[in-house]
Amino acid sequence: MADNIRFTLNDELVEIVGVPAMTTLLDWLREHRGLRGTKEGCAEGDCGACTVVLERQGRRDAINSCIVLLGQIDGQSVRTVEGLRGAEGGPHPVQTAMAEADATQCGFCTPGFVMSALAYASSGGTSDPDAIHDALAGNLCRCTGYRPIVEAMTRIAGLAVEPPPAPSPVSPRTASIAFDSAFFAPRSLDELLALRADHPEALLLAGATDLGLLASRARTPPKAVIQLTHVPELTAISSTADKITIGAAATYAAAAPILIEAFPGLRAYLSRLGSSQIRNMGTIGGNVGTASPIGDMPPVLLALEASVTLVSQRGMRELLLDEFFLDYRKTALAPDEIIQSLSMPRLWEGETFHCDKVSKRRDQDISTVAGAYRVRIRNGKIADARLAFGGMAATPRRARAAEAALLKDGFAAAARAIAMDFKPVDDWRGSAAYRLQVAANLLRRLELRLADPRRVLEVEAL
Amino acid sequence: MSAKVRTAQRHDSALKHVTGQALYIDDMPEPPGTLHGALVLSTMACGRIVRIDAAAASAMPGVVAVLGPGDIPGRNDVAPIGQNEPLFAVDRVEFAGQTLAMVVAESLDAARAAAAKVGVEIEAEEPILDIATALARKAYVQAPSTVLRGDPDTAMASAPHRLSAEFSVGGQEHFYLEGQIAFALPGEDGDLTVHSSTQHPTEVQHVCARLLGCDFNRVTAVVRRLGGGFGGKESNASWVAAAAAVAANHTGRPVKLRLPREVDMVATGKRHGFDYRYTVGFDGDGRVLALDAVLAADAGWSLDMTPGVVARALTHTDNAYWIPHFRAVGYACRTNKQSNTAFRGFGGPQGVVVMEDALDRIALRLGRDPVDMRALNFYAEGRDETPYGQKIDENHLERCWAEVKRGGEIERRRAEIDAFNAANPVLKRGLGLFPLKFGISFNLPHMNQAGALVHVYTDGSIRLNHGGTEMGQGLFIKVAQIVAEVFKVGVDRIRPSATSTAEVPNTSPTAASTGTDLNGWAAWEAANTIRQRMVAFAAEHFGVAATDIEFADGNVRIAKPGSNQVLSFGELAKLCWLGRVSLSSTGYYKTPKIHWDPAAMRGRPFFYFTFGAAMAEVAIDTLTGESRVLRADLVQDCGESLNPAIDLGQIEGAFVQGQGWLTCEELWWDARGRLRTAGPSTYKIPGSRDVPPVFNVKLLDNAPSREATIFRSKAVGEPPLMLATAVWTALKDAIGAVADRKVAVRLDAPATPERVLAAVEQVRQGTRTVAP
Repeated sequence: MADNIRFTLNDELVEIVGVPAMTTLLDWLREHRGLRGTKEGCAEGDCGACTVVLERQGRRDAINSCIVLLGQIDGQSVRTVEGLRGAEGGPHPVQTAMAEADATQCGFCTPGFVMSALAYASSGGTSDPDAIHDALAGNLCRCTGYRPIVEAMTRIAGLAVEPPPAPSPVSPRTASIAFDSAFFAPRSLDELLALRADHPEALLLAGATDLGLLASRARTPPKAVIQLTHVPELTAISSTADKITIGAAATYAAAAPILIEAFPGLRAYLSRLGSSQIRNMGTIGGNVGTASPIGDMPPVLLALEASVTLVSQRGMRELLLDEFFLDYRKTALAPDEIIQSLSMPRLWEGETFHCDKVSKRRDQDISTVAGAYRVRIRNGKIADARLAFGGMAATPRRARAAEAALLKDGFAAAARAIAMDFKPVDDWRGSAAYRLQVAANLLRRLELRLADPRRVLEVEAL
Repeated sequence: MSAKVRTAQRHDSALKHVTGQALYIDDMPEPPGTLHGALVLSTMACGRIVRIDAAAASAMPGVVAVLGPGDIPGRNDVAPIGQNEPLFAVDRVEFAGQTLAMVVAESLDAARAAAAKVGVEIEAEEPILDIATALARKAYVQAPSTVLRGDPDTAMASAPHRLSAEFSVGGQEHFYLEGQIAFALPGEDGDLTVHSSTQHPTEVQHVCARLLGCDFNRVTAVVRRLGGGFGGKESNASWVAAAAAVAANHTGRPVKLRLPREVDMVATGKRHGFDYRYTVGFDGDGRVLALDAVLAADAGWSLDMTPGVVARALTHTDNAYWIPHFRAVGYACRTNKQSNTAFRGFGGPQGVVVMEDALDRIALRLGRDPVDMRALNFYAEGRDETPYGQKIDENHLERCWAEVKRGGEIERRRAEIDAFNAANPVLKRGLGLFPLKFGISFNLPHMNQAGALVHVYTDGSIRLNHGGTEMGQGLFIKVAQIVAEVFKVGVDRIRPSATSTAEVPNTSPTAASTGTDLNGWAAWEAANTIRQRMVAFAAEHFGVAATDIEFADGNVRIAKPGSNQVLSFGELAKLCWLGRVSLSSTGYYKTPKIHWDPAAMRGRPFFYFTFGAAMAEVAIDTLTGESRVLRADLVQDCGESLNPAIDLGQIEGAFVQGQGWLTCEELWWDARGRLRTAGPSTYKIPGSRDVPPVFNVKLLDNAPSREATIFRSKAVGEPPLMLATAVWTALKDAIGAVADRKVAVRLDAPATPERVLAAVEQVRQGTRTVAP
């Protein structure tokens, strides 16, 4: 029996027949469904012109439709700009607010902004400018200079937006399903591990914020994928007195509250990771699994002494993350294994955690250098330190020479030792010399921060 | 009587924008049989084409044709003003991203997959990838040009003080959200309709006809709206349209060509980066006596519109300042990169930065306030002729300057910033001010003309067409307001219609900030012609004098002794029709007073000047080089603004775009000349958080244009982009604070964290590449 993708689109049940599950939602909307209000601006999840909203229990989450595969939408509820209506069938109040604030010029980015604004209003967004910028970080506008858009968001914040309709009428899947014999969507860990063993060539699909680019920008969708997000063990988030455990397929948005509670130093950093759209789909497991040297989470996890739980039909093993990254985009993950979860010990008495990200643009940029530091202070002295950096080597890595120098001779020595730890590359994000200098200077920032936690050390805090 | 002009009217498409109902070209329904194009690009920056093998690509499923130079029936040349800029490269490639061929297929995916299978063999040669190398090799796309006044050599030699410096600014990607797109539909007898996201429909028409080898009258270029242009959809839109046209002609089927973002960014031209070298002579008070400047533009591989960009840079190097002895030499350097093109400001932004750098250094040398140094050198009575010979009849510099200083509370904030800097070793704040004078008109006089076509229907509704394109800037609503004002009807009675070469021919691009100035007058002329006919008819019909007929509030009042008669505008239109009066008219406008001698680089190129001033405050992090704009206060002269809401949007948007150019937007080519910042993940335009949290924008009030512009308004598209120069100046001020402002700061743009940190280090070490 062929399985068809079924989902709710603008309150209407839709069943997909004859369109590959690897098709992006945007392509399907525009080319198959004829809904052309949603735009393609970049096809890489960075401009937000393709933003639509997923309606989940009582929430509306903005996502980039250009890098979401149709298979991922199965069972979900999607709203596009065409599905927005006001009480009398006219424009929705969010749309009216945007128009009345003169927040449109060429209008091409506008539907995406409208959908981000809808998600913001539905989540009880306030008129706090920081929160508004967080909500808009995934939407680019080249005409207005944003001021009127932010003003519209401020007006929208006061609106009582109707909650999303009751959860999708699509009946939930109870067993593993496959679309096109290529898009596997297991519902249990056992099914997942069996599929993994049978299809070592398939790509593991979590949020598709990276993998989706194969379908959207490169136009070469993967031959086969195994979706991870319906396996309860992989989306579970738990916490004990000692540690936090995040399922590998839990989204950033889902994991953020507990991470920030345990490690307050992560708050600003997480708000700069991708955009709202990316955080609503992307996963920490995916960020670790792709092993990019410029991923935002690996330096954090390395500094936090995280371990990774790997599982296959052969069994389960736990590795320290230090042992997981082998080389440029190479990891210790065996072909039949998957990452089940990541665990990080909570901060002990006397420990603090801080992290920094330096990039050309504050929001939704990739790190030129990212630094993360877990430091234990005893009797006013540094007793232990784990310093990890991204953007400095072929893999995210700890600065072991700097760690040793810090314990022995203090921060100035640690900063000098950075040059022994790393041989970064020159690229468009920064030269090797700049990266070395910044990594060293970030340790100076850390020193100042530890000396006086209230001191304003970043331009963003002014 | 409610005025239609000088009121804040919303963009006519705003509700369509927010509901997703506004149609862009890619949103139009495709007729059956529509084909899709995909380009094959060179990955080499320079070399000889050995072989292009389309066999494998042609055999791919869905492929209808693989087109190359041999498939162009006319001339393989898309140059906007020069020649030998082929659509498909012949024999040689000159930049990585150059178009070699195009695949046309039944689906977009089939076309793109096949494009990747076209075999390309190129014998690589050493490319020129920077301005310095091009200058050293005298590799130019045009001969150097010079604006000269007086005797700068003698004046420099006798000046009490002299200083020299060098710096550079980068280019800028337009990053219109809607990528380049054209949709060509063949008709009968070889006719072709091309829907193009273009700022220059007439050039699309001409270039398509040139490549097809047909008369202009066979090609109709149509554009309802662009999803952003910024200059990037002038010459670049033409070649994209021409490619679609060639394919439609070849296959006899509709062909859509939409460039994916990465292809768009590597294949199309950008703002010109510039290198500068100058010497300035001045007296002990800081009065500039002479300037000798070299401005070297990175033209990329071909001429494109570089002559105009260089000319505008040279005619804006003086900016707001009287410089008695002046020499500015412009080089248009030929490099193996994208052919740089128009971008909002069109060389103006690259011109005005020179004196801002010089005045900061002069102030430092003399121990004076850089803000005072600027005002001291402003154009003023008796010091009011530009180096190229244009008299400045109207001058709002002092007013703008005073307003921006007052609104920005300069004294209080200077003190506050100094105190902050004294107390903070890591973070430094800086303040920068910038005055602006910008010339309005195309530098080439013949381009300053426009046409319009207005129809009044018998129900009183009005259809408006003109040669200008709507790219978000609000041109359509502004021109509609003008027509509404003529007839004294509501703006909602005016229906703006898609720009088309079939309705208004021989148009100029919507560029150089002139859209409203030109098309507004043309539409006024058309509307006024109809109104006069209506008045003449009504006078006769009702037996009154023409002066007894008044248009107001959608009605027409016939003043008769004892009793007034009132008709609706529509009723009069109907009466006119019954009386056999033509209710349709063209209108035409040409800008008066302008002339230009391109050889001597002298004349009166600009109908008028517009003015502005900006004050920006920034903070930098001396550990990482990260920076942030904390506040901006702007004053912009819009004359008597036709639509303050639209003008405000232009000012804010232009400023933020200028801020991006000078800060976060960095184009980066690798050692082989491949652009590696070819998408929003690597090329960073400002986001909402980058906008100054305190952002005060004021339109200069009580400043009707002295020249006879349309309702005494002034152009606004480009000038405010340059106000962002204040951000660059403020960054230098903050960097200088590291050494108590005792050391001159060289800060190349874009001022990325890396460049800011390098400047901080340079200041710390007290070293200077060029002594002030």
